[in-house]
Amino acid sequence: MESDCQKYLTLSGLEPLVVTPESNFVNVGERTNVTGSRKFLRLIKEEKYEEALSVARDQVEGGAQIIDVNMDEGLLDGVYAMTTFLNLIASEPDISRVPIMIDSSKWEIIEAGLKVVQGKCVVNSISLKEGEQEFIRQAKLIRRYGAAVIVMAFDETGQADTYQRRIDICKRSYDILVEIVKFPPQDIIFDPNIFPVATGMDEHRKNALDFFQATKWIRTHLPYANVSGGVSNVSFSFRGNNIVREAINSAFLYHAIKNGMNIGIVNPTMLEIYDEIPKNLLACVEDVLFDRKEDATERLLDLAETLKGQKNDVEVAVLEWRNKSLQDRITYGLVKGIDAFIVEDVEEARLIAHKPIEVIEGNLMIGMNVVGDLFGSGKMFLPQVVKSARVMKRAVAYLQPFIEAEKNGKIEFAGKILMATVKGDVHDIGKNIVSVVLGCNNYEIVDLGVMVPPEKIIETAIKEQVDIIGLSGLITPSLDEMVYVSKEMEKKGLTIPLMIGGATTSKAHAAVKIAPHYSNTVIHVNDASRAVTVVGDLLKKNNQQHLSDLRTSYDLFREQFLSRTKQKEYISIKEARSKKYKINWSQTTIMKPKKLGIQVIQDFDITKLEDFIDWSPFFRSWDLHGKYPNILTDEVVGSQATELFRDAQELLQRIFSEKLLSAKAIFGLFPANAVNEDDIEIYDENGNTQQTFLTLRQQLKKRAEVPNIALSDFIAPKSTGKTDYMGCFCVSTGFGTKALAEAFEANHDDYNSIMIKALADRLAEAFAEYLHKEVRVNHWGYAADEDLSNSDLIKETYKGIRPAPGYPACPDHLEKQTIWKLLEVKEQIGVELTESLAMWPAASVSGYYFGNPEAKYFGLGKITEDQLIDYSKRRDISIEDAQKWLNPNLAN
Amino acid sequence: MSNIYNELQKRILILDGAMGTMLQDYNFSEEDYRGTRFKDYPTSLKGNNDLLSLTQPNAIADIHRKYFEAGADIVETNTFSGTSIAMADYNMEDLVYELNFESAKIAKHIAGEFTKSEPHKPRFVAGSIGPTNKTASLSPDVNRPEFRAITFDELRLSYKLQIEALMDGGVDLLLVETIFDTLNAKAALFAIEEVKEARNSNIPIMVSGTITDASGRTLSGQTVEAFLTSISHIPLLSVGFNCALGAEQLKPYLQRLSNETAFYTSAHPNAGLPNAFGEYDETPEEMTAFIEAYFNDNLINVIGGCCGTNPAHIKAIYEASQNHKPRQLKHT
Repeated sequence: MESDCQKYLTLSGLEPLVVTPESNFVNVGERTNVTGSRKFLRLIKEEKYEEALSVARDQVEGGAQIIDVNMDEGLLDGVYAMTTFLNLIASEPDISRVPIMIDSSKWEIIEAGLKVVQGKCVVNSISLKEGEQEFIRQAKLIRRYGAAVIVMAFDETGQADTYQRRIDICKRSYDILVEIVKFPPQDIIFDPNIFPVATGMDEHRKNALDFFQATKWIRTHLPYANVSGGVSNVSFSFRGNNIVREAINSAFLYHAIKNGMNIGIVNPTMLEIYDEIPKNLLACVEDVLFDRKEDATERLLDLAETLKGQKNDVEVAVLEWRNKSLQDRITYGLVKGIDAFIVEDVEEARLIAHKPIEVIEGNLMIGMNVVGDLFGSGKMFLPQVVKSARVMKRAVAYLQPFIEAEKNGKIEFAGKILMATVKGDVHDIGKNIVSVVLGCNNYEIVDLGVMVPPEKIIETAIKEQVDIIGLSGLITPSLDEMVYVSKEMEKKGLTIPLMIGGATTSKAHAAVKIAPHYSNTVIHVNDASRAVTVVGDLLKKNNQQHLSDLRTSYDLFREQFLSRTKQKEYISIKEARSKKYKINWSQTTIMKPKKLGIQVIQDFDITKLEDFIDWSPFFRSWDLHGKYPNILTDEVVGSQATELFRDAQELLQRIFSEKLLSAKAIFGLFPANAVNEDDIEIYDENGNTQQTFLTLRQQLKKRAEVPNIALSDFIAPKSTGKTDYMGCFCVSTGFGTKALAEAFEANHDDYNSIMIKALADRLAEAFAEYLHKEVRVNHWGYAADEDLSNSDLIKETYKGIRPAPGYPACPDHLEKQTIWKLLEVKEQIGVELTESLAMWPAASVSGYYFGNPEAKYFGLGKITEDQLIDYSKRRDISIEDAQKWLNPNLAN
Repeated sequence: MSNIYNELQKRILILDGAMGTMLQDYNFSEEDYRGTRFKDYPTSLKGNNDLLSLTQPNAIADIHRKYFEAGADIVETNTFSGTSIAMADYNMEDLVYELNFESAKIAKHIAGEFTKSEPHKPRFVAGSIGPTNKTASLSPDVNRPEFRAITFDELRLSYKLQIEALMDGGVDLLLVETIFDTLNAKAALFAIEEVKEARNSNIPIMVSGTITDASGRTLSGQTVEAFLTSISHIPLLSVGFNCALGAEQLKPYLQRLSNETAFYTSAHPNAGLPNAFGEYDETPEEMTAFIEAYFNDNLINVIGGCCGTNPAHIKAIYEASQNHKPRQLKHT
């Protein structure tokens, strides 16, 4: 009953948009997207909807045929923002004449959008990422709401990055949509992933070609389906060279359209006319796009240099900045992080100045203010600032003896700040970054280091008359430790502001758990880049109003937080146990490890770990957000990430060649059975129980068919009569880190001091990954034929898991003590546990091994009092102690 | 039950005319509206035409009968305002199920009589689903353009109850009509799909929008094509227009609709535009002349009347339709 005209994708706002084979490429406006436009994000955050509407209007007037609306930002109430903005658009006929693309990774936001738009929208996007069931559910609803859909080439194992994966996933998605959901095929738009080309990495060589071929395949084999994509992604590696970028974008688009792409997000100002691309450039670009020559990338790079003529410019520029005025040179050196000339320049300044101190208060501070401004406005990134700080420190160190030689020679600081990682915690990368950033903004830092007891914090604060106390921590017990410190501060009558930071901290925690105990200012700093502003505001003169506003805002936040906290439903531990994850033990083959017992690796060749490193978290520790390797070509942070990566590689090679760090590991594989529902007994060769691991069970109320999991579900119960096995391990690459970091610090090189710790952390994770593979393939041997690439390892596509105590599947840190006893970790390899059960050295990883193919990672979530009481009995500790250790996971 | 798809291939089907216009002739008083059952009801009930299915069921049955006699193949149930949202005006939200169920029963009973005596011309009952009196995509407050007096989910749930009652009462089709805000209609269609899925039913759906003025757009601002695109995501029996304009003014929009859609088309226009007294005075002959033009241009599969039309109009239209073939669907 359907006619031809209905076999074309047709959308509508107040007016229709029909995408026929004769239509030109349909372009989608992308500026009403909080993830892509800072301006738009700011307008939405500040609820300046009138102005936000003008962004949408500009898009439509500029020729956008569809507008993409995205409200995915952590601090926004996405449902509210999406609903409000789309309702407002509905009242603006000059905007709402075009169809809306509802863009979100959160289903609830998509659905909120679908409920307020009368026209036929496009949902951007769904995929098989969460499995078929969820895909079908969402697709069915989308159809019922009357929208078309973008389907990402993404499945349960990840994003499609080859031709074959692209077409396989698209075909599978198409078949499900058309056959099961009865989705009209013309309403399906595939996004087969546009990735950057000419990145210099072999695995990216076919990125464009694969996209073209996949597009063509889709348009040939999946009747009526459409293809879309974000074009500018393809040329990311040529950021800063617009001639080449525009040529790549344009040639890519030209061929993508020829191969059948009919919709896409294109920035028209970043597009050269295909026919006007110079012939030699076009040839080079197309060689890259089609991967036609082995050295296509190199040739394009060479040509790019001549087109830009920048290579020479750079060299000239290097010399030129040395000809500038003294102040400009000092500022330039600080901003660019160049320390080669700083002593020379500072000496020149000192000779001119009346007093050496003036060089710091004058020349250097002028430069650092520029750095501060650039950082504050997002034009400099954290690694650059830390490099600037290195230059600053060198300069100050040079001047120090001259200042001290003067009578009353003393540096005037803007304020004095105590920084400490709290008792029981050893993580200090974030704290050190904040210290450095504050230090180079002329604050005097009193850094008490890691594992600082509360008495020492308070005593030092009083003695040193600091202006602010900054507490940091990473592991969850540190949250309670911070609460304790705040109570002690109150008792001792301190009135100075308390600043809270670290990965597990949050404004909610600061407002709800800490602020009530301390009657003076408590403030949470979510990242290092905010620290300078926060501290500046706290220390301003006559800022009583600011402080009381801050207090009020935290009080308000607390009230709102407490009142809006959704009452989640939990089931009793008894019921949860009846809904355990069920493995059919009679059908499961249990593989006995080739070698049972404990093995120790004392002197491990650390260079073997290079291929196992997961780099994405490394960038995160520097406040650069994105996935490796895409982050290297990211539009915003790409060049910074590349530079940081180069520095990291340099230090890593030094670590390898000079054997700066040593790595040790211990692991054991044991017979085991699950007993008493949630416990796991570990046996020796004679079947005697050596230790018992206690696992915790999810209690959140779920749909009937969804299990409430505990780790013990993955081990055969004793009642089956079958012997199962499990393992545990500890690895460390932290030996030597402390000495190295101190050596760097002594040389005023915070940059490398932080770098070495960040790298040691990555190596420890890599070691854990490496060892896990060795165990799977050799020592246990259940996956002897496994052959996975590093990215597969990072995505954890292998069988079996290695959950770590203190992380979501088993938040109970006390389990580490059991591992330590079982393996004799401290005695054998020297890794210790602090009183909060952090590992020392910090660059260590410990955990269990579960080998069952059905074993999977999960988050425990919150548990209720019945499990807490049950747990305290099993652990044989008081309920209060149990409460203390499991506090972050208790529902109340 | 006869298959309406078969009938649609054979001939132009005739929909009934106005219910309200016919009821005006009865001049029912407040007491008539109340009957004995609602004698002491606290709210004024005059004007609640849907309620007459309970208090004056014979009048409703008679009107259905007159339209079938005039040649109608399909009559609409007396349930245009039968949602909890519209019934809130009379504080009668709780009666929604009963009103729809009984209205469907009355119409089905009469249809059954006619089908029995004229098996070659089976008669159908369309459950009438009106637009409610609130808009989901327009703000009633000019100073708060982001505000909405009703949400999608409120509409969906309200429609769902009406739909279930109509289907329990045995209607053959559902007619979502007089759509001035497409988002309201989408909520109704969403609810229909939910009920269809739950009952494993395949009840045919007719959708009919309203072009409010000479701008050629719906009240919520959509063009004919945009409206069509927005409601074509589920299989419909027919799509068309009703109310607002007379048959003459409606024709160009119907032409555009007919060009674009792969579904059957319907129209039930008013008897011209209202005169200075708000009355529709186009005669059956005048109206039929305009509708002849629809037939000549092969625009239509289902034709009837809205405000101001009576059995005489329907009879004239029915007779004119006898000389014409129904519009053919475009096939792939």
